[in-house]
Amino acid sequence: MSAICFYFQVHQPYRLRKYRIFDIGHTHEYFSDASDKLDNRQILQKVARKSYLPTNKILLGLLQKHPGFKISFSLSGVVLEQLADFSPETLASFMNLAATGRAEILSETYYHSLSYLYSKTEFQSQVNLHSRKIKSIFGQTPKIFRNTELIYNNDLASDIARMGYKGILCEGADHILGWRSPNFLYHPPGNPKTKLLLKNYRLSDDIAFRFSSKEWADYPLTAPKFASWVSAVNGSGDIVNLFMDYETFGEHQWEDTGIFEFLRHLPGELLKHPDNYFVTPSEAVKKLPAVGELDIPHYISWADVERDLSAWLGNPMQDDAASKLYQLESVILKTKDPRLIDDWRKLQTSDHFYYMCTKWFSDGDVHKYFNPYESPYEAFISFMNILQDLKLRLPAQKVNSKIFEN
Amino acid sequence: MPIRVLMFGWELPPCNSGGLGVACYGLSQALVQSDVDVTFVLPKKVPVRADFLRLVFADLSGFDWPNFSPYLNINGTPLSDSQVSDLISLVHQYSLKAAAIAKKHHCDLIHAHDWLCFPAGIAASQATGVPLVSHVHATEYDRSGGASIDPMVYALEKQGMDQADAVIAVSNFTKNLLAKYYLTPPEKVNVVHNGINPDDFTPEDLESNPLSALKRAGFKIVLYVGRLSLQKGPDYFIKAARRVLDFAPQTVFILVGSGDMEGQLINMTAGLGLSDKVLFAGFLRGQLHKQAFQAADLFVMPSVSEPFGITALEAVAHGTPAIISKQSGVSETLSHVLKVDFWDVDEMANQILSVLKYNSLHTSLKTNGHQEVKKVSWAAAAAKTIEIYKKILSAKK
Repeated sequence: MSAICFYFQVHQPYRLRKYRIFDIGHTHEYFSDASDKLDNRQILQKVARKSYLPTNKILLGLLQKHPGFKISFSLSGVVLEQLADFSPETLASFMNLAATGRAEILSETYYHSLSYLYSKTEFQSQVNLHSRKIKSIFGQTPKIFRNTELIYNNDLASDIARMGYKGILCEGADHILGWRSPNFLYHPPGNPKTKLLLKNYRLSDDIAFRFSSKEWADYPLTAPKFASWVSAVNGSGDIVNLFMDYETFGEHQWEDTGIFEFLRHLPGELLKHPDNYFVTPSEAVKKLPAVGELDIPHYISWADVERDLSAWLGNPMQDDAASKLYQLESVILKTKDPRLIDDWRKLQTSDHFYYMCTKWFSDGDVHKYFNPYESPYEAFISFMNILQDLKLRLPAQKVNSKIFEN
Repeated sequence: MPIRVLMFGWELPPCNSGGLGVACYGLSQALVQSDVDVTFVLPKKVPVRADFLRLVFADLSGFDWPNFSPYLNINGTPLSDSQVSDLISLVHQYSLKAAAIAKKHHCDLIHAHDWLCFPAGIAASQATGVPLVSHVHATEYDRSGGASIDPMVYALEKQGMDQADAVIAVSNFTKNLLAKYYLTPPEKVNVVHNGINPDDFTPEDLESNPLSALKRAGFKIVLYVGRLSLQKGPDYFIKAARRVLDFAPQTVFILVGSGDMEGQLINMTAGLGLSDKVLFAGFLRGQLHKQAFQAADLFVMPSVSEPFGITALEAVAHGTPAIISKQSGVSETLSHVLKVDFWDVDEMANQILSVLKYNSLHTSLKTNGHQEVKKVSWAAAAAKTIEIYKKILSAKK
């Protein structure tokens, strides 16, 4: 018997507008709106139209058609805010999915942040904020945690276990697993009751990245073909974890690639094999045993070939920006000014650091595709200028051109 | 058998007025290193140091270097009408000598650089039946900023491209301009970006640098290198300086170069009250030229229309972060620089201030740019050029 666990990540950052040095002290509007080339409203509405709405509709139909079909989502707090403001009908369609009782909502940091790497208390605050938000919108309290971009290590597992979560999603990275298979549950050192669900990155990426690639030997990917690969795990694994960005459907893989047709047929094809069945992450940790301990002292993630933190941190600009941002933690929180705290936290969203990544920049790969700025340098400049303005909003700071003195 | 190429040029360093001579030198040197047999023709015997080349001098009468540059008189004064007609008559004289030179120096291909040499290239090609490559480094549209196109020069440029078997443009920027204004079919135009020799850039001791005193006094240096002419946008540099100095008064802006706008720019600077912060260094060569790059915290190339812009490569190779105009060919070759529309003075100032203020930005541009610029080499340009040579030669067979 082999369980199949779908998890879809739904997230959109509040992108920063072009913010020049001359704006410091003059405007506290940091996030792109219609006055800017990047307009968060427009982007959200486009993604909703191309991806979220049609995919939600298909999934709702599939849940109605196949009583055994189950899925899970993680939605960041910042995408939920934007959905409520810019596309309430899309938020309603996610609520309809959750109302079926077969779409589990997972836990993450409200701001889709890298806070765990800088401040445990800030991290915990954001996880709690998110949990309350999910409860208020979907009426369920998340039991399973996934960190931003599946960033994970042993320490995170201990902290999450202490916070009462039953399971954690992470990347089934080769350099961690070695000979072991991602198709079983594991537990972290010292926490036998916390279970780890590992992404089967080959099968997940067949859909997320390779689906429309004509250079791929297995192109075109059909639902029966993919179902046969999943079914082949039977006998050698307990679970196949298919984890991917939700925007895979309709946004990364456009409608004309046939991705929606593929999705429409996939559950039926998977269920044709009598030993396949669907689970939500909560059911998986209840039903399946942890077959062994997985020791992950160093951070892993699901990004790039390196599966490490180098997409967000590590170059001088990223490290500079992140450390200067988190240095403000205590002074910002002390103000108890909700708008200021919210702005500070929105700056923590991992995407801002991803946009500053210079790795592969000149080769024009996936980083460039996902970067709305002309270059990592421009992303950095706007971010740092905004950070200067944020500092000016702290008590006892006055607009003073002397701060630019070099 | 190596390919034998007869090149017609106008200048080579150190007897050059700008980028054309530098480019001809760099490309021919790299071609020779790739086993191409290059014979380089110059209008007149001048003290050029290029022992890797077989040099031939056409001995034009009335060619009195440095009074005839492709652009302007080296002293920075514009050419008078009579000088222009003198220049055009020299160009014709060059073409009259070209046939005999081509007959004497047997070659497989003729390669002519810019309009000054196009008539010579055409004449040589017609006299021998050898195919012609016309290499466009700059056009009349770049030099004039689109205003007051000299019809004679335009006609010679167009003729050079029309009659060539293949055209080389130094950038896609230039290729597009050729299609738009000269109606040159894009399939005939090959882009070969200029380059540098990465080994030429060795770090030097800042102590002996004449600008180090300024740095010790706590000033940051922002550098402009180029002719002081409309095409290069030095006025935008000064407007950006005005904006920057309000926020970062401990900054000095240095303009290296001479040109017809010099007087106007000095007046502009005085009018803005910036004479102590915006300095005019004049045209620099060799060691001083190098030291300016090395001392600078930042290089800005605000060109209005720049077919390529080798100085940006030089700056980055020296480890100096660069802000370059989007209206330039070099911006196609570098990604680890900041890019700006030449007219967007506010953004230029924003970028300048950011590089001066945020050390991590400065460091990132410096190290990543330095790594990247090694790939934009003359060796890479020569390899592309040889591909073009081979394509023409195999088509002729």
